[in-house]
Amino acid sequence: MSDINSNIPEGDLATKWTKYKSSVPLVNPANKRSIEVIVVGSGLAGASAAATLAEMGYKVKCFCFQDSPRRAHSIAAQGGINAAKNYQNDGDSVYRLFYDTIKGGDYRAREANVHRLAEVSANIIDQCVAQGVPLAREYGGLLDNRSFGGTQVQRTFYAAGQTGQQLLLGAYSALERQIGMGKVEMYTRHEMLEVVKIDGKARGIIARNLITGEIERHFGHAVVLGTGGYGNVFYLSTNAMGSNVTAAWKAHKQGAYFANPCYTQIHPTCIPVSGDHQSKLTLMSESLRNDGRIWVPKKKDDNRKASEIPEDERDYYLERRYPAFGNLVPRDVASRAAKERCDAGYGVGASKLAVYLDFKANTERYGRIEASKAGNHNPDKETCMRLGTAVIKEKYGNLFDMYAQITGENPYETPMRIYPAVHYTMGGLWVDYNLMTSVPGLYCTGEANFSDHGANRLGASALMQGLADGYFVLPYTIGAYLSKEISVKAIPTDHPAFVEAEERAKGILNTLINIKGTKSVDHFHKRLGHIMWEKCGMARNEQGLKEAIEEIRALRAEFWSNVRVPGSVDELNTELEKAGRVADFIELGELMCIDALNRNESCGGHFREEYQTEEGEALRDDENYAYVAAWEFKEGVNFELHKEELKFENIKVAQRSYK
Amino acid sequence: MSTGNMNLTLKVWRQKNNKTKGALVDYQLSDISPDMSFLEMFDVLNEQLINKGEEPVVFDHDCREGICGMCSMFINGRPHGPKDLVTTCQLHMRSFKDGDTIVVEPWRAAAFPVVKDLTVDRSAFDRVIAAGGFISVNTGNAQDANNLPIPKMQADAAFEAAACIGCGACVATCKNASAMLFVSAKISQLALLPQGQPERYRRVQSMVAQMDAEGFGNCTNTGACEAECPKGISLENIARMNRDFASAKFISEETV
Repeated sequence: MSDINSNIPEGDLATKWTKYKSSVPLVNPANKRSIEVIVVGSGLAGASAAATLAEMGYKVKCFCFQDSPRRAHSIAAQGGINAAKNYQNDGDSVYRLFYDTIKGGDYRAREANVHRLAEVSANIIDQCVAQGVPLAREYGGLLDNRSFGGTQVQRTFYAAGQTGQQLLLGAYSALERQIGMGKVEMYTRHEMLEVVKIDGKARGIIARNLITGEIERHFGHAVVLGTGGYGNVFYLSTNAMGSNVTAAWKAHKQGAYFANPCYTQIHPTCIPVSGDHQSKLTLMSESLRNDGRIWVPKKKDDNRKASEIPEDERDYYLERRYPAFGNLVPRDVASRAAKERCDAGYGVGASKLAVYLDFKANTERYGRIEASKAGNHNPDKETCMRLGTAVIKEKYGNLFDMYAQITGENPYETPMRIYPAVHYTMGGLWVDYNLMTSVPGLYCTGEANFSDHGANRLGASALMQGLADGYFVLPYTIGAYLSKEISVKAIPTDHPAFVEAEERAKGILNTLINIKGTKSVDHFHKRLGHIMWEKCGMARNEQGLKEAIEEIRALRAEFWSNVRVPGSVDELNTELEKAGRVADFIELGELMCIDALNRNESCGGHFREEYQTEEGEALRDDENYAYVAAWEFKEGVNFELHKEELKFENIKVAQRSYK
Repeated sequence: MSTGNMNLTLKVWRQKNNKTKGALVDYQLSDISPDMSFLEMFDVLNEQLINKGEEPVVFDHDCREGICGMCSMFINGRPHGPKDLVTTCQLHMRSFKDGDTIVVEPWRAAAFPVVKDLTVDRSAFDRVIAAGGFISVNTGNAQDANNLPIPKMQADAAFEAAACIGCGACVATCKNASAMLFVSAKISQLALLPQGQPERYRRVQSMVAQMDAEGFGNCTNTGACEAECPKGISLENIARMNRDFASAKFISEETV
């Protein structure tokens, strides 16, 4: 069935990576000094790769569009990072993390990649602690853990609700150290606009200096994209305002296959939309589901305040439907369950598109423990709540503050109102076992690739994958390619391929600025987001997807004839930046719908209404769809499907159950 | 769904680039919702400007969750506006009243030159970190994380210092444009941890030297930085940095 080669090494799953790593050809230190690697993106996957490659001796150039590499959106990850350390002695192991991730991904990820991820997970924690990342600790001085969805062990390491920030600042400090030593040249406020290919191989990029508008050519023996996910195709998502697909999409248009674009993760616990002015959505970390219980009223259209609804009139629907995992079911399952309740008329709040996340029961429980520690074995309710609130505050204080700031409500007193929102994209550029795309010499790491999470990512696994790719996988696997490139001298950037790529990039910018239409970029972005959310969001069906494809094509035509981009190309022009990104999102949106339409099954974050069990759970079709859909870009915004068959040799494929 | 009823007068700093002079320009906004964030109010302004054929106001922002440190507006004389412990992106219009006049300027500091409108260049911060804000450990050399127990109080203190988002509000609010709160937060984080000890004194010397070279001012203990820091970074960090800097003169075997 497969017509593409994933280059997975032969051998037993458990020893495959160790053996392979030991036999990847090396580049000697003298040659490394003359080999140049371009890394685009400075988040966990980019900064860790850039720093590590420089430590190894390669000449590295790193690019980010923000004003500093420290601002990449990895910084906003809240809850934690998984690692198979088994510090809690609760039966965790590499195999169990591997198993949970494959199952969590609804059997749509590659076994070999996921096992490797689980193997290196423990090294990540060691590395970060050595860098001085202040992860949470117990009183004994050892690292603390908590639980995340889709698992029954405590393997999540964290730094309050700011785990991503602390891990990114760790990678950033490693990167800045290399910059200080002159081994990485950093280009901030630069955006990659094209991949340059020479004789079929990636040999550099075209980037725009966002301050001056100048178009620059940069050579590299290899190019690594760690440019994040494409959730902003929905306009409203938990991504940063600048998060975009442009680098990955330009690579796609130069021959890199785009895999499983329809797999998007809708996160169950986000602050609900409050009005038309909304520019982004804010996540409330999944870690809150450790101590928060999710419920809606048992009565339809119940307009009482949460505090006025007695216990026996509340429906803790996750605990009811999934007794084994309860509030800690995976994200796709929790999101769909919330949508189901709200669609059925049980939603809360003014918009009725929200459910409660309630900390009261666990606040009281913690308070009882604290009172008991202090010798009070029969505390009254008020004492319990007071002591328990302090515990909750220590665990989640910054998240509670953020909630209060955004909604104007006090979550210590009333339950949070939450609703699902677009958060992460499992799809991305197709890569082989080496993390190389279908363009030789072009690599992709972190959220930007498709590799490890199948159709649904488990919580606290994005940080793990970004850092695994950048610290422990790519720096080794890239040697397999670069060892054959040692005789290639740096190619001068007046090579015709550079000239041509620069013309392409300039052509798009000039076209955009000269349309001089009547509608702003945001106007088109919002309309695209609306189509995507309604027809390619939490639930999809054949008719809706077909409509969406037509609507997006029409929107694309309208965009290219009626967008208004003020200012000029040779200055800091944020509207021009957005216009280029939205143009790419429009093309990607079409491909996402095509992919969702092609996949006649439900799996993970891809829920086709036609394919569900009697109980409303996702119904896979392993016989026909146990493959990675890798799309090739064809002239005129057309796409050709290639398939990589997924073989499960170490795991028994089953219907995913969290009951 | 809300369209609001607040009417506002904005006085916004407009400056084409770092070679031209800037000035405050007045804008009237109506129907602003109190549930909007301050930056969403700016989105509304920009949409109006674009529809009128004018150039939108350029301002830095990214995560809009108060963690990336990119947003940087000086609002009515205070960095990140009137509320304590929040960034501009987390400031909401319910903190203002109908009819208010709001003055919005960029960060002002010689070491943070204006790039355009409300956007400034904060790359000096990166160079200070590159001078020593790290632990010199290459990938792949780490021992098992739990081989190094760290007392919880100490780890928590390091974490509190590490919570700095590098936004530069401390510099913007300081009458001397001092970066001491930012620099000392990183120095403290690493000085409080056992991993940071081998380079402790060398680090403080390198980072302070780079801080001075960037043109940041000195500290005269007014405490404005601590009061305006959206992450509540404490002045104690500056005291710790000064102690370490003084000690370094006697302890460090290397001259930096």
